[in-house]
Amino acid sequence: MSDILLSLKGLTKAYPGVVANDNVSFDIGTGEVHALLGENGAGKSTLVKMIYGLVKPDSGTMTLRGKAFAPAEPRAARADGIAMVFQHFSLFDALNVAENIALGMENPPPMRDLAARIREVSETYGLPLDPYRTVGDLSAGERQRVEIIRCLLQDPKLLIMDEPTSVLTPQEVEILFKTLRKLSAEGTAILYISHKLEEIRALCDHATVLRLGKNVGECVPAETSARDMAELMVGTALKTPTRAGRDMGDVALEIVSLDAKSPSAFGTSLKSVSLSVRKGEVLGIGGVAGNGQDELLAVLSGEILTAPGSVKLHGRPIGQTGPTARRGIGLLTAPEERLGHAAAPDMSLTENAMLTGSVRENLESRGFLKWRTAQGFAEKIIEAFDVRTPGPNNAARSLSGGNLQKFVIGREVLQRPEVLVVNQPTWGVDASAAAAIRQAILDLVAKGAAVICISQDLDELMEISDRFAALNEGRLSEPRPTTGLTVEEIGLMMGGAHGMEVAHV
Amino acid sequence: MIVLEKRPQASQLWSLATPVVAVLATMVFGGLLFALLGTQPVEAIRTIFWDPLFGEFAFYYRPQLLVKGAPLVLIAIGLSLGFKAGIWNIGAEGQYIIGALTGAGVGLAFYPLEAWYIFPLMVIAGALGGWAWAMIPGVLKVRFGTNEILVSLMLVYVAEQLLASMSLGLLKNPQGFGFPGSRNLNEYESANSWINQNAGLHWGVVAATIAVIFAYVLLNRHMLGFHIRLTGDAPRAARFAGVSPGRLVLFCLGTSGMLAGLAGLFEVAGPAGQVSIDFNTGYGFTAIIVAFLGRLHPIGILLAGLLMALTYIGGEIAQSQMGLPAAAIQVFQGMLLFFLLALDLLTNYRIRLKSREVA
Amino acid sequence: MDLSQINPILLVASLMVAATPILLAAIGELVVERAGVLNLGVEGMMITGAICGFAVAVETGSPWLGFLAAAIGGAALSFLFVILTQFALANQVASGLALTLFGLGLSSLLGQSYVGIKPPPTPDLHIPLLSDIPILGPVVFSHDLILYLGIAIVAGVWALLKFTRAGLIMRAVGENHDAAHALGYKVVRIRVMAILFGGACAGLGGAYISLVRVPQWTEGMTAGVGWIALALVVFASWKPWRVLLGAYLFGGITVLQLNLQAAGVAIPVEYLAMSPYVITIVVLVILSADKSRAPGSLGRIFHATS
Repeated sequence: MSDILLSLKGLTKAYPGVVANDNVSFDIGTGEVHALLGENGAGKSTLVKMIYGLVKPDSGTMTLRGKAFAPAEPRAARADGIAMVFQHFSLFDALNVAENIALGMENPPPMRDLAARIREVSETYGLPLDPYRTVGDLSAGERQRVEIIRCLLQDPKLLIMDEPTSVLTPQEVEILFKTLRKLSAEGTAILYISHKLEEIRALCDHATVLRLGKNVGECVPAETSARDMAELMVGTALKTPTRAGRDMGDVALEIVSLDAKSPSAFGTSLKSVSLSVRKGEVLGIGGVAGNGQDELLAVLSGEILTAPGSVKLHGRPIGQTGPTARRGIGLLTAPEERLGHAAAPDMSLTENAMLTGSVRENLESRGFLKWRTAQGFAEKIIEAFDVRTPGPNNAARSLSGGNLQKFVIGREVLQRPEVLVVNQPTWGVDASAAAAIRQAILDLVAKGAAVICISQDLDELMEISDRFAALNEGRLSEPRPTTGLTVEEIGLMMGGAHGMEVAHV
Repeated sequence: MIVLEKRPQASQLWSLATPVVAVLATMVFGGLLFALLGTQPVEAIRTIFWDPLFGEFAFYYRPQLLVKGAPLVLIAIGLSLGFKAGIWNIGAEGQYIIGALTGAGVGLAFYPLEAWYIFPLMVIAGALGGWAWAMIPGVLKVRFGTNEILVSLMLVYVAEQLLASMSLGLLKNPQGFGFPGSRNLNEYESANSWINQNAGLHWGVVAATIAVIFAYVLLNRHMLGFHIRLTGDAPRAARFAGVSPGRLVLFCLGTSGMLAGLAGLFEVAGPAGQVSIDFNTGYGFTAIIVAFLGRLHPIGILLAGLLMALTYIGGEIAQSQMGLPAAAIQVFQGMLLFFLLALDLLTNYRIRLKSREVA
Repeated sequence: MDLSQINPILLVASLMVAATPILLAAIGELVVERAGVLNLGVEGMMITGAICGFAVAVETGSPWLGFLAAAIGGAALSFLFVILTQFALANQVASGLALTLFGLGLSSLLGQSYVGIKPPPTPDLHIPLLSDIPILGPVVFSHDLILYLGIAIVAGVWALLKFTRAGLIMRAVGENHDAAHALGYKVVRIRVMAILFGGACAGLGGAYISLVRVPQWTEGMTAGVGWIALALVVFASWKPWRVLLGAYLFGGITVLQLNLQAAGVAIPVEYLAMSPYVITIVVLVILSADKSRAPGSLGRIFHATS
């Protein structure tokens, strides 16, 4: 591992208003599993985009196997043996696996040969995949396999993986790690991007930590404690949310054997889902993305209407009640997608406050809008949740992801919900904002509200929820008390390893 | 290398400046076009934009501004509601025809009775006719998901055939010596939409003014208008806010159809005077340009409608005095829309010049 | 009324002629839409092609130069659409409408001095053997070159999409432009080529109306064929051979209603004349239930952020 494969020297990239990477240097050795560690917004993505030829650095140099390396485009990077598995897959839903893989190759063989090679590689590395299946029908884990195999078919010297485990169950993570270790043993270097410390300790030989675009330290993960790495990554000691002992009240919200068809072609329909949540309780719902989370939220927000009795609020059937009326009786929701679903990108924060606040905050009388009151409400949210923005007249899309998330959550929390449903409340949000959001949720519960928190962040769910259930292919597991749950049990609730029955790993 | 950079939020300045710059650019390139056609460009531009307002015969042309502007504004206001929400009614021309047919039909049914209630009944019939014609694409879209652009457009051709059939058959003037076309409504006191013909004032002008105010209040002060804007910006967020997409489609298409139908009725009972085969002159399509030129804003549409009316009148003057072909003005209007759409880029993006970096 | 006047052999032969403009325009638009772009300017490009082709054919005396000019004219107009949607990132629906309005104006401006003239005839082919087959010969194998070119383009597009890498890349761009960009494909360049191809095809289709089908020049003579072609792409679920089928169906309806008009059927002329449009609507309604085949990025604006 002594010979250096890729060496980065003084890489700098600035965007208007923000320096994404500031003089970053480090080396990656041949066959090394190298972690790139950092919070959301620390500049990890920009850095790997420079290595992959998607972004050009403002200054600094890269050296690959001793030669100057400056890929003008991904094609050039691929030609030099660099492959990348994206966090958001660059896949084509309507095309099949083999076609998707052919698109990622420079000179793909004829389809039939390619299909045979896909089978071969997928068996070698324990990642079963049918080359003729339509990608839109695959689970998130299977889709990731498509990306990985696409990379492996090119015999890469360096494989970049951007947050690969966020879409996997714990069992699937184990399988992925086996594959990666095998690759590393064969001499392929892996640049592994993550903010999950335990994973990095389990997998990586070496770690580089980024904070606010700067390289703030390197370490050998196996010899460093998770706490030390966290402090390097965040810069300060974190305040963890406090959870007071709770008194559970009556059942606030109930779903009774609910079936709901997904409105989108490649969505997941809900199948006989039942749950209940009590006043003063947080019900955490885990599961890999795309297993019905969006649909569950839509069923609760009233965007998808169902049989009247299948959703009940305080015992009242509301399955046929629309979103506005549900807000009126105290059921509030915050969807995952901030821009375009929870908030309208080109509208001001005042208008976005109006979006869900009109009923409970009295922003409307007989159809006519009270803009002044709405602005006051928006200012209240900005103030209470420390949303960084020049003012309520700024457009939603001018806010950073974390700030907009604080606004969206704040908007619902401040409306004094009786039941609050949130989907991915802290996704893509920096650690301190995430902590603030979780604290706000817990404060709400302490005052007697019921909360359903849908998330893919298992640590988050373990931290704040009283009971835990998981969504898997549109079915919800039996909720169980969080205390005492093991990772294996959680993994099995999430469906174990998807599509791995045929594998021999 | 030119790089486009998305602005964090739309530029207010450019949003207002774009239409003005587009008009100026069109004047320059339109002038070039006129020069190519062998016309004095400056002269032509002056004839089109200046003479109708301040020339020797302005007293005659100024009222024309109201006559031509009213239907354009009325239709464009309706279209803008849908366009804002991403609902594309491009068949206003057809709804305009049908409104004229149903409205005139009701009036002619009463002929030769004179009564105060005839004209109000015609207005209602015209509005209903346009509304019903626009509800065809509306209902089909809501019920079957059919593309409203294609259906509303196809219905223009159907309406044109109906118009021909009516002027040759059912609504033909029995005392018209066999010529196609209906009785002249201007000669039928109870079915006349003129208020003051010399001033260019007819009920359509009143309706257009009311429509502008109505749309302004709706979009800025009312929940329904908020929902329209919300749907245009983020359809998923609109559903989340509680908007029923189907109802919104029906409202937007219905309203735009109704306003187009009204425009047709006021036209047939006023400036046109009768139902005839060549009754429709493309107001329904030009209104699309008006809606965009006015940035889908009621006040903007009012100004844009008057400007477009000006090009119609000026074009006619240029045609008779300078021999500028009628089609040239159509090209001119199309060009205006091009520049507007292209320059709109500046509202949402910043253009930067960058030297190609070497990594 | 005398239905026996309708000669089935002539009916089929003229059906192929009537279908060709729709076919050409629709197969061009199919390529554009498979690349993820919705160009509603088909009508404008067709009418521009119709006048460009007509004018050049009259001036040079060669219909072939006319068709060439039509293709160039259609592509030139579509280049305006390229500027608006691919470089100025304008809304595709509005830009397409602008193209149609502009094309209609431009064509009547260009066509002023060509009203009432007869264009040089476009010769029919005589294919040895095939043309001599009784019935089938005169019906199917004795048309002009452009008609067969239309069918050849359909076959070509089908083969391109199904068998070639270029076709796969084009489908990928239409399906998910962000992913295609991330893989390093030139989204804008591919789309520009598709749009220009669509413009050229629409231009050819327009010229086929003014040089073969009618043949003469009148203002607004495409009379909504471009819009029917757009509907046809939906009808065909974005599949080339179904475009051919659909075009022949519409061609058949058009020819049949013309024949019925000539035969003096008791239905008024206007109602027969509106039938192709009404049938288009009916077909759209029947087929709009299934939208899943539409390219994923259709009509969406692409702006590379990095």
